[in-house]
Amino acid sequence: MKIDFEQVTVPMPTPETEHFWSGCVAGELRLQRCDDCSGVYFPPRPFCPACGHQSVSILLASGKARLLSYVINHRPHPAFDGPYAIAVVELEEGVTMMANILNVPQTPEALILDMPLKVTFRPIRRGIVLPYFEPDGAVS
Amino acid sequence: MSAAKVAIVGAAETTALGRIPQMSQIQLHADAALNALTDAGLTLKDIDGVATAGESPTAVAHYLGIAPNWVDGTAVGGCSFMLHVRHAVAAIESGLCQCVLITHGESGRSNVGRAGWASSPGSLAGQFESPFGGMGPTTMFTLPVLRFLKDTGTTLEQLASVAVMQRQWAALNPRATLQEPTSVEAVLADRMIAYPFTKSQCCLVTDGGGALILVAAERAKDFPQAPVYILGSGESTETPMISQMQDLTRSRAFQMAGARAFETAGIQHRDVDHLMIYDAFAHLPLYGLEDLGFCERGEAGAFIASGQTAPGGILPLNTNGGGLSYMHSGMYGMYALQESVRQVRGTAAAKVAGVEISVCHGVGGMFGASGTVVMSASIAR
Repeated sequence: MKIDFEQVTVPMPTPETEHFWSGCVAGELRLQRCDDCSGVYFPPRPFCPACGHQSVSILLASGKARLLSYVINHRPHPAFDGPYAIAVVELEEGVTMMANILNVPQTPEALILDMPLKVTFRPIRRGIVLPYFEPDGAVS
Repeated sequence: MSAAKVAIVGAAETTALGRIPQMSQIQLHADAALNALTDAGLTLKDIDGVATAGESPTAVAHYLGIAPNWVDGTAVGGCSFMLHVRHAVAAIESGLCQCVLITHGESGRSNVGRAGWASSPGSLAGQFESPFGGMGPTTMFTLPVLRFLKDTGTTLEQLASVAVMQRQWAALNPRATLQEPTSVEAVLADRMIAYPFTKSQCCLVTDGGGALILVAAERAKDFPQAPVYILGSGESTETPMISQMQDLTRSRAFQMAGARAFETAGIQHRDVDHLMIYDAFAHLPLYGLEDLGFCERGEAGAFIASGQTAPGGILPLNTNGGGLSYMHSGMYGMYALQESVRQVRGTAAAKVAGVEISVCHGVGGMFGASGTVVMSASIAR
């Protein structure tokens, strides 16, 4: 699968998410952790969704994840050159996020649920860098 | 014992279903509303409460010339109408209004006068989901299913059987869009849309509408149709982002709305004679059967594949043919409600004998929200 990064839908950071996107530019996957209950969460917001506490800190994710679920979209999309998987991955820290899985055939045979993944970053447009995932050979 | 305070006394769909390019979306609302008024023996002057989704209640009330004492514009996707029923019960019971009209109309196929929607790039979904190539419900609503299949031991063939069994009901329904019998093999061999979903496992895209009229239960016998009493209901939401579900194999909103509906109605699963589970895609009846407690974890696939929900089965499910075979305009919940009303009245095309209690379960915004309504032929049980 090839991605035309010129055609990828560009996210628009908000004040609450800016740290995440600047983290991607720096090659860091930034989550948040509650200073009170220690709960780790995503997507970003300036308070803990578990307990409501308003003091939270940045937590750097390890970047390791597993493949939780996916579909392989067969309808044409301008950013993708053929059928492509849209996945939900679960990070080692417990949170989930959507992603594409790079450097692996986009087939049910190659995309095995629970396979180990690691984060990898790609620049798109307007200064935005997106987090993607790829198989983590070292772990398997 | 629980006694119903409110009943449905008027129910109708648009005159036509399927492809209706001669009507704008707002006119589909009106067409269904006027048909429901005829069904109830009422006129627009009798309506003092309006609820709708997809259009604003202001727009619908103005278009119909209604000056409402109460409006509800709850818009949480395709199950919004289940929530409207629940809110209308509370409004009538507390005296905020006396006669509520709930409308739905959607030019889902012909796109006549229909507002589009997309995630704003600054929303959380716009930032953290849209960049990865999602193309609406076919790629987002479906995304959890591989995890569900793995964790519950459900097979692709069992998933495909949902479409097969519902087509058996559609074959008995002259208004159903698809009536030809199909098979698991044919469903699996159909054009791939978003693996593992083939076209046969995705809902139709059609035009249509529907409307309901509700009044206090004590007045319900004064109308031409047999009353359909609202015995109980429930509602909840979870997340607007599929990637943020607590558990991809369970819907928290289904579980909460369903449990609340059963509790307020004072019924057990064995009391349910007829069931509707909003099926935008083939996996939703599996989630619904398990999250509402009709099946144990991992048993819904075999339950459906063995014919238990098909004609002649012990739990008639989606008896209009469902979103997969009957129709699906985009917000299908209204059609599920209409079929529950018809089954309780005994007027459905594929009539299930002796329906005393029907449970109608809706989903909205791709596992984002849920509403469950328990209807009964009797005011109390």
